[in-house]
Amino acid sequence: MTAIRSGLQQIRRYPSALVGLAIIIALIILALVAVIVLPYDEAIRLWRGGEDVWQESPRYARPAWLNLVSTKKLPETIVVSTLPVTPAPLGVRRVQGQASKSRSGRTITISLAFDYSYDDFPSEITLFLTAKYAELLPYAVLRWRTPDGREISLGERKLTASERYSISQDTRLERRLGNRPPEIGLFLAPRGDTPLRGRYELQITGTLFEENSDIDAKLVVYGKVYGLAGTDHKRRDLMVALLWGAPVALAFGFIVAVGTSLTTLIIAAIGAWYGRWIDALIQRITEVNIILPYLPILIIIGTFYSRSIWVMMIAITLLSIFTAGIKVYRAIFLQIKESPYIEAARAYGASNLRIIVRYMAPRIIPILVPGFVTLIPSLVFLEASLGLLGLGDPVLPTWGKILNDAQSNGALYKGYYYWVLSPSVLLMLTALGFSLLGFALDRIFNPRLREL
Amino acid sequence: MHMFETLRRVTTYTVYRVVALAITVVIGVYLAILIANMGGYVDVIRKAQIDEAVGASVLQDRSLQGLPPSELRRIIDQRKELEYKRLGLDKPFMVRSFNYLWDALSLNLGRAEHLSSDSGSRQVRLILLERLPATLLLFGTANLLLFFFSLFAGLWLSRRYGSFLDKLVIALTPTSVAPAWFYGIFLILICASLLKILPFGGMVDAPPPKDKLQYALSVLKHMILPTLAWWLSSIFLSIYSRRTFFLIFASEDYVEMARAKGLPSGIIERRYILRPTLPTIITQFAFLLIGLWGGAILTETIFNWPGIGRLTYQAIGLYDTPVIIASTVIYAYLLALTVFLLDIIYALVDPRVKVGAEGGTV
Repeated sequence: MTAIRSGLQQIRRYPSALVGLAIIIALIILALVAVIVLPYDEAIRLWRGGEDVWQESPRYARPAWLNLVSTKKLPETIVVSTLPVTPAPLGVRRVQGQASKSRSGRTITISLAFDYSYDDFPSEITLFLTAKYAELLPYAVLRWRTPDGREISLGERKLTASERYSISQDTRLERRLGNRPPEIGLFLAPRGDTPLRGRYELQITGTLFEENSDIDAKLVVYGKVYGLAGTDHKRRDLMVALLWGAPVALAFGFIVAVGTSLTTLIIAAIGAWYGRWIDALIQRITEVNIILPYLPILIIIGTFYSRSIWVMMIAITLLSIFTAGIKVYRAIFLQIKESPYIEAARAYGASNLRIIVRYMAPRIIPILVPGFVTLIPSLVFLEASLGLLGLGDPVLPTWGKILNDAQSNGALYKGYYYWVLSPSVLLMLTALGFSLLGFALDRIFNPRLREL
Repeated sequence: MHMFETLRRVTTYTVYRVVALAITVVIGVYLAILIANMGGYVDVIRKAQIDEAVGASVLQDRSLQGLPPSELRRIIDQRKELEYKRLGLDKPFMVRSFNYLWDALSLNLGRAEHLSSDSGSRQVRLILLERLPATLLLFGTANLLLFFFSLFAGLWLSRRYGSFLDKLVIALTPTSVAPAWFYGIFLILICASLLKILPFGGMVDAPPPKDKLQYALSVLKHMILPTLAWWLSSIFLSIYSRRTFFLIFASEDYVEMARAKGLPSGIIERRYILRPTLPTIITQFAFLLIGLWGGAILTETIFNWPGIGRLTYQAIGLYDTPVIIASTVIYAYLLALTVFLLDIIYALVDPRVKVGAEGGTV
């Protein structure tokens, strides 16, 4: 134990170790923040939620802070609704327009107005209409008014209880706008190819055929930036998975590393202590295990059996016990076994178990610690690799899963760099933190390396 | 006499290693089958194959045509039962598992459920054999580059111990924690997305050039990024461990002795440092490769390289059981083959074997 303490005191002399330690502490704080800000159930609900949760966020949106560094201001998402607007998950800022509703007799007039002052076109426009009626469906006429006073008809329609009019997918409208997608055509300045700035308005004139009938409308002009991390193909805020990826990755790396290191240590000690056939058996198992196709076996488990992160952790631990480490530890244990204090322990009648656990295993810990620390990042990457292969835990949001989605949606090809970069940077930081610390510990605890 | 002695030793060693590796492959594949059958999937494959064959044979049987559908179904079910019995599907799993083992080892896994080879075949064996050359080409090249580069760079650095480059390599060693696919993402981002100088992935331009030379050049162009990613992910750690190893050996007494005799440093390096350390270096490299092989699946996936790894990825997505099991078998073989080849090289460069071969002239 004193070896560890003096070793830890030496860390101060290695700037790289301090940097590594700082990164690890930052990651642990991030993981804690994730768990506190976004409790498990809430994170799962958001991550697995579909249109119901993410109806008002855009697809493939870049992080909003990019607007601060870029000269071209990309549009944010604008929501204009006659009903109260529910706040966005994770407190993402949202632009709201002005909605007004007035009724006179059988006619209802809804005005959905908003200011648009961005340098790019929206990514999508959708109108959600809800109607109350007993038997006779209300009828609505939709008109789009641009800042320079032009009026574009968006057709008329009978309204059912809940209706979704995807304006940007209206091909007839597209033809009328000179074969331009509506999200561009409706915003295009008469001259030039930039959006016209100013106040836009969507006017809905409804005709109600019943006394208790009513219409409500919500216009969502989807932007091209969203939140701190952007969104994916399912409109989900990537922040959910970026935040929750941290506790998952750290817990995965830490638990498996502890399980593997300790079991390897004990098995190596048992082999070295008892010798003979036990030792020979451990050696043979190790030789076989070292050249087993590791990842393909995990793939088989993931595909046919279970993708649960716990099953994967157990499988990885079992496959990592009998590896090269066992040979290294064994060699050291064989030396320790002959040392006088072990003989002394034997002389006073200590049991085999006591000698292994109390006298032999602790001697290895200085060598074990650096190995343990460097094992964590490779496990974090292994978890990400499984996620990338589509074998991540079915429920948990993780960094590997973001990468998997990005990969299968051709993010790099289509230029959605933020989608790949944010989980990658976090993975890199994790790897860097632990390996900087691990390599420094290696030099502290293995003095032979320190001279070189 | 010494020649024969050496030959005998190398042969015994080889035979011993072949047997040991064969046992490993068998255990690995058997383990894969046991795991796969926890969900009963191997049985499903076998039964599906039988059902298909029986169904086809009954429907094509002219003597049975004209029978009502219910009667036909009864006959099909009856023949299926017989066939299950004949192939031992009614026996306990422990007995059957050994049949499966043999099928898997000989890649006799029938037909893929969804995937097919470029030539249109559904035979798992053909699909895999078609993809194998691509994998071997890419990782063979990448690993040879890795080995020789790290060897010579390590040797060079050990001579410049303490220099700026030496310190730089030590500082960069932690980068080797990240796997090749991780570097692949960044390389694609920089070279393909931003600079647009190299392709995003794939193995050859589309459409493939007709001319042989053009074709080879196109493949070469597509190989640059995956090879670089593979190389980057291990190079600094490899150089660092080679360099440290050489440094330790360079302070051995017999090297000091050679230096004192005034031998040129080139000869010292080749004869006194490289030669005795080579077997250990090869063993280390074998361990490195074993660890890396799994990464091939992800590297090929990221780069759309049409090898076994990408096939495995596609098979996972489609739940194509026979292909997943078969690719596990192929990886077991590839790993064993890698270890075996390096073992043979080990036996050839091991000085203890060499001394005998030279007839004791040293």
